[in-house]
Amino acid sequence: MENEAGALSRVAGLFSARGYNIESLTVAPTEDASLSRMTLVTRGSDEILEQITKQLNKLVDVVKLLDLTEGPHIEREMMLVKVHAVGEHRHELKRLADIFRGRIVDVTPHTYTIELTGAGDKLDAFIEALAGTTILETVRSGVSGISRGEKSLRL
Amino acid sequence: MELTGADILVECLKKEGVEFVFGYPGGAVLHIYDALYNQKGLNHILVRHEQGATHAADGYARSTDKPGVVLVTSGPGATNAVTGIATAYMDSIPMVVITGQVPTPLIGNDAFQEVDSVGITRPCVKHNFLVKDVKDLALTLKKAFYVATTGRPGPVVVDIPKDVTQHKAEFHYPEKVEMRSYNPVVRGHVGQVKRAVKLMLSAKRPMIYTGGGVILGDGSTELTELTRRLGYPITNTLMGLGAYPATDKQFVGMLGMHGTYEANMAMHHCDVLIAIGARFDDRVTGNIEKFCPTAKIVHVDIDPASISKNIKVDVPIVGCVKNVLEDMIRVLAELEQQPDREALADWWKQIEEWRETDCLKYDDSGELIKPQMVIAKLYEATNGDAYVTSDVGQHQMWAAQYYKFDKPRRWINSGGLGTMGFGLPAAMGVQFAHPEATVACVTGEGSVQMCIQELSTCLQYGLPIKIVNLNNRYLGMVRQWQQFFYDGRYSMSYMDALPDFVKLAEAYGHVGMNIERPEDVEPAFKEALGMKNRLVFMNFITDQTENVYPMIPAGAGLNEMILV
Repeated sequence: MENEAGALSRVAGLFSARGYNIESLTVAPTEDASLSRMTLVTRGSDEILEQITKQLNKLVDVVKLLDLTEGPHIEREMMLVKVHAVGEHRHELKRLADIFRGRIVDVTPHTYTIELTGAGDKLDAFIEALAGTTILETVRSGVSGISRGEKSLRL
Repeated sequence: MELTGADILVECLKKEGVEFVFGYPGGAVLHIYDALYNQKGLNHILVRHEQGATHAADGYARSTDKPGVVLVTSGPGATNAVTGIATAYMDSIPMVVITGQVPTPLIGNDAFQEVDSVGITRPCVKHNFLVKDVKDLALTLKKAFYVATTGRPGPVVVDIPKDVTQHKAEFHYPEKVEMRSYNPVVRGHVGQVKRAVKLMLSAKRPMIYTGGGVILGDGSTELTELTRRLGYPITNTLMGLGAYPATDKQFVGMLGMHGTYEANMAMHHCDVLIAIGARFDDRVTGNIEKFCPTAKIVHVDIDPASISKNIKVDVPIVGCVKNVLEDMIRVLAELEQQPDREALADWWKQIEEWRETDCLKYDDSGELIKPQMVIAKLYEATNGDAYVTSDVGQHQMWAAQYYKFDKPRRWINSGGLGTMGFGLPAAMGVQFAHPEATVACVTGEGSVQMCIQELSTCLQYGLPIKIVNLNNRYLGMVRQWQQFFYDGRYSMSYMDALPDFVKLAEAYGHVGMNIERPEDVEPAFKEALGMKNRLVFMNFITDQTENVYPMIPAGAGLNEMILV
């Protein structure tokens, strides 16, 4: 998308005006400062998805649009989880974070903050594995996506 | 040479060939009005309400192939314009709306007359811009006109803070503009056109259904040629009337909720439907589940998002209708194949049987003026050659049914948004564009009061509009629905305490006429149309109980009409 004020609200406004659902949305500038890249996750029947694609393409600020699910692609999401961590439980939480290839990025006498990256279902699995632990806070970045292989989304 | 933002704006409008700017001054646009004061060439039309400005610019655009231009101030100026912007958006009318904004340092401060105009208009514009630096002004205006007039047209808002109109910059207006993120399609895919033509030729019961896109895309001549070559029946939507001559025998009338029996029955029973510049609106399709059950569908539209939005189609063609129609005519000439004349003769026989129902007949033998008869007499009195604007409601449907439009851009109405108050200001825009033409505004006593203040504008500029007020003392379409679907509980659809429209017209400096008997209708038109230089407000006291027929109730199919 054009990296312009208002571009994000045009997308968000389109989804709310037409009753489409946004599951997650991430947006940030790219190596070309005039462009920003958005990854948006939505759900719907083939007809709805076709309409969403067409309506998004109509927005003047949208430069190029690709449905990543049409081909092999990589989805990644980053999550930070702050958990209650005291006594024996601290070791267990460290092991669990290692199993999920997470990293403990902040430590206090009573808490760990764990950083974890992966596809959405991996993050969900980690949250499930934390059952029995007191989760104080979670924050997820939303999904970023890119296609596999040599093809790339360029102008 | 360096110019102020205000002067740059004026110069840009001139470079775009703008003749008229419809607007209303205010604090945030004072620099611009000062620049207008000091120039020649641009005509600023002072309306009485910003809604009037947008509808006037809209009427101007619809009756020409040029964009309408509006200039309003910040805050309430912009919000008053929103109804007109949304009206233009729903009907894809090219328009550039310049809104003043509070000075950039004050934006976000809840300043006097501040409103987030870009935010408020975002869902009802094709695109909008906030110009924060005078250096960007000329290029932004170029983009605004480019976006408004190309592809599927639409309104574009340019919000200009007051300080930007005061700051100076070097003026350069680009000849051309390219936008990497905006590339409207022009030509249809040739392979698809061939597929479409082959399907069209295979039809036993073909039907051509065209909408406002043919008018906006100036494809009327090509449509007429193609339709005549094929010999197929054709129907137009409310927005598409005039794209094909209504007096031609291949024309089966308007379709949809208040369309003719023959048009809707032919739609329902056709085996190949050729949809051109139309968008399968709910007022056209009726119940989607029951729509054209046996048809293969070709759909030509400039907007890919219109295709397969409501109805799944078999041969989609994205492109400008004019070019696609030209290609269709060419492909048709190249192919050896002819339409199936035998099947077509049977199909026409069936259509003529439906036509014999004479679904638009009405009884005008009584003492009361029938609204349908008023439109029929208007048609006769103007030789079918007037520009007719309308408001929204029963009168709109009667105008569409009984005024037979033979040319495009003659029928000007708010089809998509259905904006009451549209008719009179739109007629002003039409009259500015065509000063010598007869411009009639068909309206009702409800609608006309929504923008009645524009009678003052009409006096200021000497606009000889003929207002045809079908006065039934009811919000007629509301009353009709309440009669049919709410057991006659006429909740708030009766208007008590109506003004004396003759005195009202006279108070505004115009001519007013009351017409109460059927035999006076024709002479009244003669008299009114004889007053070439005067606006005449013709107040027809019509039969209160009259309804618009045929009618397809909500949820029904096109073959399930109420016929009187």
